[in-house]
Amino acid sequence: MSGSADVAPVASARALAARVRAGELSAVEVLESALGEIERRDGELHCFNLVTADRARSAAAEIDRKVAAGEDPGPLAGVPVALKDNLCTRDVPTTCSSRILEGWKPPYDATVVGRLAAAGAVSVGKTNLDEFAMGSSTESSAFGPTRNPWDLGRVPGGSSGGSAAAVAAGFVPLALGSDTGGSIRQPAALCGVVGVKPTYGVVSRYGLVAFASSLDQIGPFATTVGDAAALLEVIGGHDAMDSTSLALSAPRCSEVLDDGVEGLRVGVIADFLDDASLDCAGAVRAAAEVLAAAGAKVEDVAIPELLHGLSAYYLIAPAEASSNLARYDGVRFGLRVDGPDVEAMNARTRAAGFGPEVKRRIMLGTYVLSAGYYDAYYGQAQRVRTLVARAFARAYGQFDVLLAPTTPSVAFPIGAKTADPLEMYLADLYTIPSNLAGHPAMSVPFALGDSGLPVGVQVLAPALGEREMFRAAAVLEAGAAPEARAPVTGGAR
Amino acid sequence: MAGELSAEQVAHVARLARLELSPEESERFAGQLSTILEHVEVVRRLDTTDVPPTSHALDLRNVLRADELRPCLAREDVLAAAPDAEDGRFKVPRILGEAL
Amino acid sequence: MSTDAAPRTSSRLDWEIVVGLEVHCELATVTKLFCGCANRFGAEANTQVCPVCLGLPGSLPVLNRRAVELAMRIGRALHCEIRPSTFHRKNYFYPDMPKDYQISQYDEPINVGGYLELASERRIGIERAHIEEDTGKTTHVGGGGRIHDADHSLVDYNRAGVPLVEIVSRPDLRGADEARAYVAELRSILVASGASDGRMEEGSLRVDANVSVRPMGSQEFGTRCEVKNLNSLRSLGRAIEHEADRQVALLESGGRVVQETRHWNEAEGRTSSMRSKEEAYDYRYFPEPDLVPLVPDEDFIAEATAGLALMPAARRKRLAALVAAADGQPAATSVTDQIATVVDLGLDDLVVAAVGLGADARLALARSANEAAQSPERARELDASVFADLLGLESTGKLSATQAKTVLAELLEHGGEPEEVARRLGYEALSEDALSGVLDEVIAANRGAWERYVGGDEKVAQLLVGQVMKATKGRANGKAVAAALAERRG
Repeated sequence: MSGSADVAPVASARALAARVRAGELSAVEVLESALGEIERRDGELHCFNLVTADRARSAAAEIDRKVAAGEDPGPLAGVPVALKDNLCTRDVPTTCSSRILEGWKPPYDATVVGRLAAAGAVSVGKTNLDEFAMGSSTESSAFGPTRNPWDLGRVPGGSSGGSAAAVAAGFVPLALGSDTGGSIRQPAALCGVVGVKPTYGVVSRYGLVAFASSLDQIGPFATTVGDAAALLEVIGGHDAMDSTSLALSAPRCSEVLDDGVEGLRVGVIADFLDDASLDCAGAVRAAAEVLAAAGAKVEDVAIPELLHGLSAYYLIAPAEASSNLARYDGVRFGLRVDGPDVEAMNARTRAAGFGPEVKRRIMLGTYVLSAGYYDAYYGQAQRVRTLVARAFARAYGQFDVLLAPTTPSVAFPIGAKTADPLEMYLADLYTIPSNLAGHPAMSVPFALGDSGLPVGVQVLAPALGEREMFRAAAVLEAGAAPEARAPVTGGAR
Repeated sequence: MAGELSAEQVAHVARLARLELSPEESERFAGQLSTILEHVEVVRRLDTTDVPPTSHALDLRNVLRADELRPCLAREDVLAAAPDAEDGRFKVPRILGEAL
Repeated sequence: MSTDAAPRTSSRLDWEIVVGLEVHCELATVTKLFCGCANRFGAEANTQVCPVCLGLPGSLPVLNRRAVELAMRIGRALHCEIRPSTFHRKNYFYPDMPKDYQISQYDEPINVGGYLELASERRIGIERAHIEEDTGKTTHVGGGGRIHDADHSLVDYNRAGVPLVEIVSRPDLRGADEARAYVAELRSILVASGASDGRMEEGSLRVDANVSVRPMGSQEFGTRCEVKNLNSLRSLGRAIEHEADRQVALLESGGRVVQETRHWNEAEGRTSSMRSKEEAYDYRYFPEPDLVPLVPDEDFIAEATAGLALMPAARRKRLAALVAAADGQPAATSVTDQIATVVDLGLDDLVVAAVGLGADARLALARSANEAAQSPERARELDASVFADLLGLESTGKLSATQAKTVLAELLEHGGEPEEVARRLGYEALSEDALSGVLDEVIAANRGAWERYVGGDEKVAQLLVGQVMKATKGRANGKAVAAALAERRG
């Protein structure tokens, strides 16, 4: 398989943690192996904006000390993790892959970053993304694109392309991304890894640099469904620093992985199969058969309203973004380009600091919120958002989970869609509805397409339906083509 | 209402967004924004009579915190990030407009 | 930028001044609206800030419960309907605003539709009283501190995120005096409700005035201008007067008023246009996705507004009722003024208690509004029974008005019991034997006058009393002297 030689073997996160906790493997050894791989191959892939080797080494040494001292080093003891570079890390540069934040070191940690550290995970660095998470290919990064480990000429998807590729390349078994319209699931599908967008409010957004606040949600990347469940259990749960955080503990999905899908009602979203590539639509059909064979009741369902989600999304997300990104004004942090007065300074700073995609969305968002257009665009989009949620509610009256393609196609060549923003936006067609509704959804690597590239299938569930979603995902994982995902548990490809 | 965005509209929006655009950028955005708005025209035509807007995905209410002090940042840390500072304050070029 | 000198015109009487006020009140919470930084005036610059109030990337707001409670107390005190509410973002760039948007309540404010009753008993409509966050503070350096001439500006974010309630009145105020009375009354209400410390000089209360004029008798509103930077009651009054004069002069010379925001310059005593560039502001309000709706249930509202002290208007009514009950008729204007003063100084509880103990209502009011008002802090500490005893001595004639005032001043200064203080001052000694001796002396020295008095000439009584007062250096009680003279005459 061309270009796939870079996909290295890596142990599952849970297996690693168990061995570190048992003292069979030192966290420092695990870390050095990861750092070695990154050192050797990331120059080519560019998954990372920054590798924090020294900090990681002290953290790993501390885990080993705890193990030696008989203290509990945490459920993810010694597991190397990568953080999307829009998660605030105290005293460590956080750039959002934007010039405007270059050199900025947050004075605080995101809630998820603190929870990972408390669980014994060892953060190795900050991963590349589309600038401010606006994009579906990681090409809008100010620091250059990330390459897909399966084929260096192709994109890893985005916006969390660096995190997805870092897991696919075997640099780390776990990574965090953020998903506003598909930014975890789409790159997971294109890189052959598991990617989860939890229910809105399950994972605290405190410390996640906002793109579109009512849609953003942090979630896991992993090589296996079980590892993704374990990571979600660590990062999820109520946080008083986020008003939109649900007053619940993290969903316990690990415990349902072996429950099977006997009797589970699965709807296949027929509307999404028409325009998807043969690879992607075919994978969904095959996945449906796997679930049916395992005892699920599988049926097609028509939810045509979901196709309106994309348009609503491309009004709502830029509107919120235009406001969220106002603070990058050259006054308090980050880049400043001087000017004769403060207004000129603001405008020049933003002109120099933001890339074209970010500017485009700020312009679009500003326009749709401006006097005279609000009702026609933003207000209407919010009403369509209600229609999407109602359509889902109707479907979930009949089904426990829904099945769909994650993406319309497999990974596309670098540069193929950069000239046409609209074409790029279509990459999120199947992932966006879950964000609009605040529902959980995840992508599971399931098949290899004709081009030898991985194809993901998407499992969608209603709000807080993570356990049913993971039950279906676990069955799909067991029934998936083994060559479709980045290799795990010892076996080389 | 979709149609082409005029140069004046683009300039007005850029001013609201505090973005200094080159003439090329203005022209490009006028075209691209128009294309995108044309695409979302479908959504604008949907009948949403009596459909309430959704601004939050989930129905949470009354999330409040106790009126209790938490530590502030050290001033050195606050100003360390400042592009320019003077006398413990953030320094900016002169202000032409007024705060409202 | 334009400034206009506005000579006062003689035709001002033909015009009615219409004013609506927007008062920003900083809430007396311990912490800021959306974070745990201290809400405290006067700290060193940028020492009371955190990622949230600095608007650092990734930070999120969480609403302060106490701020909501205080907002509801204000709403209740202003007779508003307390409603479910939401927050919006008001988007505009300004360096003192860390996020370059302000979180504020827009179309669904927490309090709507109340009123404030002035001492004149006129009710001023309250349109809304909503919650929002304050901005930081900008200092302009160079160019004499004037914004447009400044070389550069410096920003301190300590105030950014301090909780505010903005109270918007209807355009019900007529003129500068009424506007000042409204703000003074509102200030008392805010302090009484525990929502604010009321310190205008520290910016705890900030006032913007919407001013328009219209021909006397007209029912339609004229075009209004919003006047900003009113930091005291004095500048509020002056600015309204000036702005009304300016508008009248404009209209009378055939011009028209342009709706705009104007800045009050206290030193120059005039307003000037603030808009430096041709731009209609477009705030692009939209629902704040980081905050969820506020839907207080009955219990929450009841708990928050429990123990709300009686508001000034109710307290005035309570005093007026006492006076009316005693006099058998409604209170006169002079009494109304005394009532307002007493309530303003917080001496109404003292008056009510003293009257409850049998004191004369009018007398209690007069001594409170005039003498006790000289040291209101001490008067508020005064034991009501002591006050009632003193008033009793005066109304039974045992002490003259002058003596009673002196005793009251002494009581406020040093404390003690009224009778004991009066005795110490020598007032009581005169009422018995000593007075009798002085009378003997005065009668002997004014034989002719005494005989005319005995002969029935009542006018001479004044002369004799005056002589006694003179001989006792004013320590005698005039009424008691007159009574004693009458008794001697038999």
